[in-house]
Amino acid sequence: MIPGIGTLTQDTLWCFSQVKGTIEFGTTEADIISTVEFNHTGELLATGDKGGRVVIFQREQESKNQIHRRGEYNVYSTFQSHEPEFDYLKSLEIEEKINKIRWLPQQNAAYFLLSTNDKTVKLWKVSERDKRPEGYNLKDEEGRLRDPSTITTLRVPVLRPMDLMVEATPRRVFANAHTYHINSISVNSDYETYMSADDLRINLWNFEITNQSFNIVDIKPANMEELTEVITAAEFHPHHCNTFVYSSSKGTIRLCDMRASALCDRHTKFFEEPEDPSNRSFFSEIISSISDVKFSHSGRYIMTRDYLTVKVWDLNMENRPIETYQVHDYLRSKLCSLYENDCIFDKFECVWNGSDSVIMTGSYNNFFRMFDRNTKRDVTLEASRENSKPRAILKPRKVCVGGKRRKDEISVDSLDFSKKILHTAWHPSENIIAVAATNNLYIFQDKVN
Amino acid sequence: MECALDAQSLISISLRKIHSSRTQRGGIKLHKNLLVSYVLRNARQLYLSERYAELYRRQQQQQQQQQQQPPHHQHQHLAYAAPGMPASAADFGPLQLGGGGDAEAREPPARHQLHQLHQLHQLHLQQQLHQHQHPAPRGWAAPPAAASPPSSPTPSSSPGFYRGAYPAPSDFGVHCSSQTTVLDLDTHVVTTVENGYLHQDCCASAHCPCCGQGAPGPGLAPAAGCKRKYYPGQEEDDDDEEDAGELGAEPPGGAPFAPCKRARFEDFCPDASPDASNISNLISIFGSGFSGLVSRQPDSSEQPPPLNGQLCAKQALASLGAWTRAIVAF
Repeated sequence: MIPGIGTLTQDTLWCFSQVKGTIEFGTTEADIISTVEFNHTGELLATGDKGGRVVIFQREQESKNQIHRRGEYNVYSTFQSHEPEFDYLKSLEIEEKINKIRWLPQQNAAYFLLSTNDKTVKLWKVSERDKRPEGYNLKDEEGRLRDPSTITTLRVPVLRPMDLMVEATPRRVFANAHTYHINSISVNSDYETYMSADDLRINLWNFEITNQSFNIVDIKPANMEELTEVITAAEFHPHHCNTFVYSSSKGTIRLCDMRASALCDRHTKFFEEPEDPSNRSFFSEIISSISDVKFSHSGRYIMTRDYLTVKVWDLNMENRPIETYQVHDYLRSKLCSLYENDCIFDKFECVWNGSDSVIMTGSYNNFFRMFDRNTKRDVTLEASRENSKPRAILKPRKVCVGGKRRKDEISVDSLDFSKKILHTAWHPSENIIAVAATNNLYIFQDKVN
Repeated sequence: MECALDAQSLISISLRKIHSSRTQRGGIKLHKNLLVSYVLRNARQLYLSERYAELYRRQQQQQQQQQQQPPHHQHQHLAYAAPGMPASAADFGPLQLGGGGDAEAREPPARHQLHQLHQLHQLHLQQQLHQHQHPAPRGWAAPPAAASPPSSPTPSSSPGFYRGAYPAPSDFGVHCSSQTTVLDLDTHVVTTVENGYLHQDCCASAHCPCCGQGAPGPGLAPAAGCKRKYYPGQEEDDDDEEDAGELGAEPPGGAPFAPCKRARFEDFCPDASPDASNISNLISIFGSGFSGLVSRQPDSSEQPPPLNGQLCAKQALASLGAWTRAIVAF
């Protein structure tokens, strides 16, 4: 197996690597992880939580002594990105929950990321400081100003090494551009612009300009009573800076070209799969709503996640997806209860691996699923403390739908719907995955032989 | 579909969700409420279809008496059009009543059935309202597709939504039969729509000028492209295109609208009427907003006007004549 290229053959075994977070019961809601994202090299892993905090982990350098163990991720920086706010005009509280984090490609020694809550996007600079100037003339050792009359000599301050300090500073705040709740941000491949999408509009920003943004999509109807769908996710094409897609609550995806017009209300391509009338139910509209859309690294495919399936679409074919994977079809008969307990509204995300050969998404009971697009094999794994011994190999799990339950299987009715995996991330080039299970972050790696 | 809940329970659950979303942290989630409204619509269609099938059976027994009446009566049309009607609601799928989307609506039989149900409903309304001088409202025609931005995804994909109005004895006044109040969070404008009449949300006021007008005119179709909100002294808008500074659609022949006190969304107090059918904490999101399926079919020569849609709680459904006062939060 070629290292770094992921293929989910029978050779690939996933092992537990690390878990971050507390074990105690009664998790405070603020600790619930709401987004996970690797940076472009995979060196950094960022998480955002409901309390508005961002925690960045950095992979330690692999030492020559421990070749069998890949670098671990340790806390690099923690900062409060967003605070709760109150909109007095509308009497609305604005949650501080971090909805999305997106990294900018690294262009100098500092790291930059975008983090957003429901209303405001912020650009954060994370930089290291390992030297400090000493020998000021006008200040003494503690920083107090010296009386100029006592200064008799002059010296040149020198930089002396200090303990590494990582500081995060907000460089830009992009506010007051969204009436509705922001669900996505996406950095453009030109590295100069990015977009933010809420339920009805998508805005294009320049990183340098915070008091202005361009509205590029607006699906708000003239009469709000005629509203039939909302935007659920949006992403720029990985290579073509003029192209982006956005998904809707009706299960459709639109691809837009910003060269065509300033306002991209007219799509260039429209991806929709006709509904299967035999599956019609009270909840058809809910389960067809797309919760996440992701371009493949190649830019050739898009992947969408709705409540029960993951679909892969070829950009060149609009009338149906090329692949459909059932994530947890056994829930189809439980939609009523899932509607009652609100689980049917859970928004699962989906991710590609580095080579676009495997896709991954989460489920309930802390299960997550991987689908190999080439071999058509799939596997269900669980993120749990029980399987958390170092380098313990994860055992595939199976859900028993009906009839006799085998020894290792779990029945549908025993699933814990409060343990849901909504957010996962895959290292850009290696088989390392980060899985957020409520307030815990699990890191798994494939077994290095 | 296996579901332990019947349509009525689903409707209650959905309304409860919408109601609790008002107090949720972070404000009302547009996406979630939109999805809940779809469930509401589906459940209501099923409930209505069962109800109307029952009514139809009752109506069939009264056919003899109504044959004496002049031929232009609506229900007369229904009596002779009976053959097209299925024997029971179960004959066509519960969600086929405009719920299957445009595809099903294009089929003439489905549309015919829908029309039948519409006639049934009209008959029922007339039976309910015969004691009022106020004639049964015919609802208003939704703004034509041209009114929406041409590239908007809504016109071609609007769900088939069967709307029904449930006017009933009102404690407030004869004309306040059913209302929807809309607050647009973008432009901060409050609009009230009532069975085709546009006026400020002032019906609670006993000396509302609108009330003294007598029988209001028939359903008013707003002019294409115009916004159905108006508020003198408009505050600043977020969007340039939503300039509703002057009065919007002044429908021809309609009663002039006197500006009344604008009801602030926050000031809205649930009605304290002891009327059991008045579900004051009802929230109808998009209840009256989805364009009627039939109105979206340009090739249909006969277009029964879509009715003003309201969503009711369990008790309201039981009585079918409930007066509902709803708030649409967007």
